[in-house]
Amino acid sequence: MPDEDLAPMADELSGILKWIEQLNEVGTAGVEPMTSVVGHPLHHRDDVVTDGGCREDILGNATETADGYFVVPKVIE
Amino acid sequence: MGGTIQGATGTWEMVIGLEVHAQITSNSKLFSGASTAFGAEPNTQVSLVDAAMPGMLPVINKVCVEQAVRTGLGLKAQINLRSVFDRKNYFYPDLPQGYQISQFLQPVVGAGTVVLDMDDGRTREIGITRLHLEQDAGKSVHDLGPDRTYVDLNRSGIALMEIVSEPDLRSSEEAGAYLRKLRSILRYLGTCDGNMEQGSMRADVNVSVRRPGADYGTRCEIKNVNSVRFVQQAIEYEAQRQVDILEEGGVIAQQTRLFDSRKGETRSMRSKEEAHDYRYFPDPDLLPLEFDQAWVDEIASSLPELPDDRKARFVGALGLSPYDAGVLVAEKEVAEFFEEAARDRDAKAVANWIMGDLFGALNKSGLDIARSPISAAHLGALVDLIADDTISGRIAKDVFDEMMKTGRPPAEIVDQRGLRQVTDSGAIEAIVDAVMESNPDKVAEYRGGKDKLFGFFVGQVMKQSQGKANPKIVNDLLQQKLSG
Amino acid sequence: MSTSLTSLTIADARAQLGDRSISARELAESHIAGIEASRALNAFVSETADRAIADAARADARLAKGDAGVLEGIPVAIKDLFCTKGVLSTAGSHILNGFVPAYESTVTANMWREGAVMLGKTNMDEFAMGSSNETSYYGPVLNPWRRPGDNRDLVPGGSSGGSAAAVAAQLCLGATGTDTGGSIRQPAAFTGTVGLKPTYGRCSRWGIVAFASSLDQAGPMTRTVGDAAIMLKAMAGYDAKDSTSVDVAVPDYESVLEDSVKGLRIGIPAEYRIDGTPAEIVALWESGIAWLKDAGAEIVAVSLPHTKYALPAYYIVAPAEASSNLARYDGVRYGLRVDQGDLTEMYEATRAAGFGAEVKRRILIGTYVLSAGYYDAYYLQAQKVRTLIADDFKQAWQKVDVLLTPTTPEPAFGVGEKSDDPVAMYLNDILTVPANMAGLPALSLPAGLSSQGLPLGLQVVGRAFDEETVLRVGRALERAAAFDGRPAPWWRSS
Repeated sequence: MPDEDLAPMADELSGILKWIEQLNEVGTAGVEPMTSVVGHPLHHRDDVVTDGGCREDILGNATETADGYFVVPKVIE
Repeated sequence: MGGTIQGATGTWEMVIGLEVHAQITSNSKLFSGASTAFGAEPNTQVSLVDAAMPGMLPVINKVCVEQAVRTGLGLKAQINLRSVFDRKNYFYPDLPQGYQISQFLQPVVGAGTVVLDMDDGRTREIGITRLHLEQDAGKSVHDLGPDRTYVDLNRSGIALMEIVSEPDLRSSEEAGAYLRKLRSILRYLGTCDGNMEQGSMRADVNVSVRRPGADYGTRCEIKNVNSVRFVQQAIEYEAQRQVDILEEGGVIAQQTRLFDSRKGETRSMRSKEEAHDYRYFPDPDLLPLEFDQAWVDEIASSLPELPDDRKARFVGALGLSPYDAGVLVAEKEVAEFFEEAARDRDAKAVANWIMGDLFGALNKSGLDIARSPISAAHLGALVDLIADDTISGRIAKDVFDEMMKTGRPPAEIVDQRGLRQVTDSGAIEAIVDAVMESNPDKVAEYRGGKDKLFGFFVGQVMKQSQGKANPKIVNDLLQQKLSG
Repeated sequence: MSTSLTSLTIADARAQLGDRSISARELAESHIAGIEASRALNAFVSETADRAIADAARADARLAKGDAGVLEGIPVAIKDLFCTKGVLSTAGSHILNGFVPAYESTVTANMWREGAVMLGKTNMDEFAMGSSNETSYYGPVLNPWRRPGDNRDLVPGGSSGGSAAAVAAQLCLGATGTDTGGSIRQPAAFTGTVGLKPTYGRCSRWGIVAFASSLDQAGPMTRTVGDAAIMLKAMAGYDAKDSTSVDVAVPDYESVLEDSVKGLRIGIPAEYRIDGTPAEIVALWESGIAWLKDAGAEIVAVSLPHTKYALPAYYIVAPAEASSNLARYDGVRYGLRVDQGDLTEMYEATRAAGFGAEVKRRILIGTYVLSAGYYDAYYLQAQKVRTLIADDFKQAWQKVDVLLTPTTPEPAFGVGEKSDDPVAMYLNDILTVPANMAGLPALSLPAGLSSQGLPLGLQVVGRAFDEETVLRVGRALERAAAFDGRPAPWWRSS
């Protein structure tokens, strides 16, 4: 993020965070956090190969590829 | 390798914990339907979900969950009927989602144990803290170009079990025994093939040192070590490195390190990697993983006999020593080979042939027992031929070598080469007499006190009989006749 | 004649297509012409005229055989948050520059299977984050409505601003939107159209660019409640590829629409009467209450005590999930890449250039509230408050069948008017967010005009998977309100 945007962004963020803090007013002792809106069990799939083998689709939108690989600049150690 | 280091200021003890990442044996990935087969062309086993395309969502593979539960049962661990998938957030090109789906606070398996078989016959119990399910990352290849990294996502999304041990290990030897035992259990269960060279099993090694009896020291983590030997070398190096620092009065910085196998050293990773706050939170694309005890019980009833139980049976029912039993059960295929070969026979004799001659010959030819030219039935038959005096132990070795080369049954080889042992005392006596007659001077020397010449006579008789004379009869007759 | 074709409802178009008094082709052509003449609204990111003609030809063939799907031949617009195979999909962001998916979202696949005709992809707030459609990389969408005698541009609401504007300006017969905190209902209210957010899990999220996974839900935006019922039937359904999709049969929503609301219990939640709400909005609410009472419904006062905490809790949960969902936009596999230095510099430059200010703001908030040391105080607390909010609704359902509230605290405001104060912008969602937090179905329909001549909406919230009752009550309100407002077409170039 360019430096000149940093200061106003920081102000905005503290404003937002301060407003969010009113949540601390709520007593939540003994309340379970909502883990999922739906009440049903996790659906699972069978262990069958039904996917993959679509390299063109996988690589088709990448900026840089070579020999079937995605290519990115190296991490400098 | 006792696990203690003698420093200038006194004794230090090593404290080691291992986090093993084991790829689950399954046809498809943990949250997608792409194949898990090893060695495919880059990015040919990648689904849209694995490539983290916009709008893609995970769906869990039931078999992967079952394999994790099966492993937990094999580790005598607590199975958690309810567990939660969390996102572990960080950036790396081989992590397309920008997060790994893992389990943080509520893993599928809790505390368990692994029993180590030490070389000296001791056993030690090592605690397992937990086992959880998570996605594997893709592969970054750094050496195909000078300033480019190539990324292959075939491995991205394959199911892993992360198995965390308590920091109960106290030497590199124990660490090696732990990895071998864990690998053995996983292979018995069929939940992971334990192939460290291919990367289906990898270890992160946590090492710290302390004065015996003191609190735990600061530990360093050595990541992604992919052989038992390297794990041991890394531990030795790292423990010494830490002792050296502490002896100088320094302080150990908690670090993530890598093992350089060429130099046999550990070195620190970029410090930026350390400050990682993974910001774990429950994955909102998934629901909590829940199953019932009945399902767990069903899996439990389908477990094969595990190494520890099999070892106990070999010791108890077959009379093997704990050491021998331990060696034979380490690999399921070896144990099965042994049992077939030893059926209705002298188990100890069969065990010796397998652990000595067979392992030796297989190692030399670079074969594993599945591809042994000698079948279990044939090895058993060989032992029978010795037991009923058809051939001597010495001749049996020749027959064994021929069996290795040709895969033919021993009886056929014995007959074809006429190797049957001569047990007719009369015939042997004739040879003994002939030898003694041809070597009167030696007879005299022997009778004069040169006991060592006994071997010469034995050798001559064996030579005259093409090695087929029954050694015991030869011995008895020579004793009798030479003492005159 | 072209103009009259674009003013049809889906229901009427279906009838006329069915008896072959009009063809799918002419219906498509009239809409294509309308879109071309309406670029001043900036409602579309991509116009897919050739595709529309091809779809229409297929529809005409099927109609001739009497083989019609639920939306056969109906020209629709698709919010650019849905991945459409072979068609640019941007989520209103520069970071998805050039992204052409090789796959189709389940919801749109359902619609094409039912014979719908694709006119194009609509403009939207970037990554669905916004309430005014001012954060799009492709520029703001303008509300077809203006205050009479005043030619200042107004916002259409967001994030589904393009879809709302397209429906209101008769550029399509219906459009898809998504609603995470109000992004279908609020723009529907601002543009005098109907918007429905179904129960969480009713429509599949597979192939929809994820913003906040536990809140996002696709839904129809139309000019009538009846049309929304038709579209929902085509869009909804269980999808095994989405683990949060719920396996509940899709009812024939249309069939119960005209049923009487006599005896239904309508809840009026006290906490939705916000201080400072303009009197005309309160008055509209009172009208709504009266209409339903006249239709034989029973009016019951209820209390949802944790209502006011829904919005701050939302602004913790949604950014948290978004910060993680948006981590995949790194320039490696698709979209924009700014090649600069090493890998880390590439990530930073790409994301700095690719994301707009509001997205960055929310990613930063999301990262903050999930960080070690703050997780319990923020994220965990917000998820607990969410349970309390959902429980408030469950308590209410013991006494009532639906709730009636205004949709927004004010009508459409001017472009640029609220850009300086994020919190002021967030307050737009105050009445819509609780339904998202509890995963409940909610509908907005136009019920009247403000004193300044701008549309105002009423909201109906119902029990999980009870879209039928929500639509039925909506229909009763629609009949009583008899809203026939139409924006004067200032935007047309021809």
